Amino acid sequence: MKTELSGSHAGGSIQANPGVDAVNDIVMAGNKSKGGRPYFLEDPAVERVLNIAMAIATEVAVAHERMDTLERLLESKGLLSRNDIEMYVPDEKAAEERQGWHARFTARILRIVQQEVEAVAHPENNTPMRTIADEINEM
Amino acid sequence: MPYQLPPVWTELKQHAVFPEFSHDERARYNFLANLNRFVSTVIAPGNQLAYSRRVEPAFAKEHGRSFNDRFEVGEAMKKDPVYQMWAALRRSTMEMRQQNGRSVVLRQANQLAQKVAHELEGTHLLQLKENFQVPAYLTHVDNHLMPGSYHTEYFPGDVSNAANYDSGLFVTSGGMLGSLTDGGGRAIAAWVKETYPDFHPKQILDIGCGLGHNTLPIALAFPDAQVIGIDAGAPMLRYGAARAHALGIENVTFIQADAAHMQEFANEQFDWVQTTMFLHETGGKSIHTIFAEINRVLKKGGLNLHIEQPQYTPEMSMYEQFMRDWDAYYNAEPYWGHMHDLQPAALMEEAGVPKDKFMQVGVKAINDLDKKKQDGKVTEDYGRSPIWNVFGGWKA
Repeated sequence: MKTELSGSHAGGSIQANPGVDAVNDIVMAGNKSKGGRPYFLEDPAVERVLNIAMAIATEVAVAHERMDTLERLLESKGLLSRNDIEMYVPDEKAAEERQGWHARFTARILRIVQQEVEAVAHPENNTPMRTIADEINEM
Repeated sequence: MPYQLPPVWTELKQHAVFPEFSHDERARYNFLANLNRFVSTVIAPGNQLAYSRRVEPAFAKEHGRSFNDRFEVGEAMKKDPVYQMWAALRRSTMEMRQQNGRSVVLRQANQLAQKVAHELEGTHLLQLKENFQVPAYLTHVDNHLMPGSYHTEYFPGDVSNAANYDSGLFVTSGGMLGSLTDGGGRAIAAWVKETYPDFHPKQILDIGCGLGHNTLPIALAFPDAQVIGIDAGAPMLRYGAARAHALGIENVTFIQADAAHMQEFANEQFDWVQTTMFLHETGGKSIHTIFAEINRVLKKGGLNLHIEQPQYTPEMSMYEQFMRDWDAYYNAEPYWGHMHDLQPAALMEEAGVPKDKFMQVGVKAINDLDKKKQDGKVTEDYGRSPIWNVFGGWKA
């Protein structure tokens, strides 16, 4: 995943760094941590859905905060009519940025499912924390 | 008492190597801080109610006795729906905090690494080692459910995990550690100055310094001292040294070292050896090697202090022990429970502090964001409250 410098407080020019190509920010942001994941509700499926709901709740709050910012700024400057928003069509660059936003949004919402897959892919990282505690006690 | 709102994330002080946050990334953290506040102040007290009104009575009725230990409490609480939902939500907030923070720093990982390298140009604040062996107790677990923990570098020069830690701890702590997340360091520095006005340390060692949140307040409070912070995690040290430089602090050096094998330091080199929220992230054998090393590098008459969560003692209720143990298993700090079963006075004897020189006090975070808003009664949130146990003493 290549990223571009926003430039607001760069300390000199940004050099290319081949190592950084290993960073896939969308997937790695939601990586599972070591140790078996505990489930607290009797049905783990319900807890997965709870996690999805809480992530959606986050994003609803974020959208609300952004609209609140927007409305307050617009109100103070008198710059935009609601009809401008209704008629908006993104150009190519805007369209790609918006799709990227949707990809990150989806990855956040489905983190818990991604981590279940990672748990299957890496059985060595599912040791119960009580076992790890005893193992670490011997280290 | 009116509902106490957490401070907005933008009150966190941003220095020259701090990651850039978009509007929505800030908003995500504002929501999470509020979610944590609600879960800890409104939902968490339900655990105590469930315990005292139905879980404990039901256990007593069935077994003809109360609980013998915190593990029995845990087995019984696991079946209670209030506990189940609280625990599920708390785990979820921790995972979301990690994902949200990682998405911010990983998308700008290269820029962060280069900002840090630029900040450190021409300075001598950082000493990393080639082929450094990270202690097994760190590589065995991702502390705080932080994938890659403190030591993982995703590419040479990477500081992603440190930048995530720096910018997100504010959310986990609900802003109660101040604008530089340094409330613990400020508290210990102020306490030492006030309690021992004639103590003028020249050489101070902070073990497990991480990115220096709690090291810098000590360096600021003792400007005539040279402060050395050691840690195993290169990303933390790199970022911490750059952060210190960006904040204009000169009398601190960040060195990569293993606390159990500090061969770079001479016998009796230090006037003061400090650890802050470090011991519970070590291991059951290493902790004793570490105390032996502290004994070796600390001067006779030197000060040795440790900020930790409270130890589990017979006076602490089984319920409180269980609640304090939660983070050990469910927030991936697995040595937390075993460590808090140890006797601090016995540990200090291993560091050369005799029983009559042992001390133990409670300190509360010094929070510059307080503004009297947070002055009301703090709802007990066990491992998360900004109130700690300090133990230590003077080496004989």
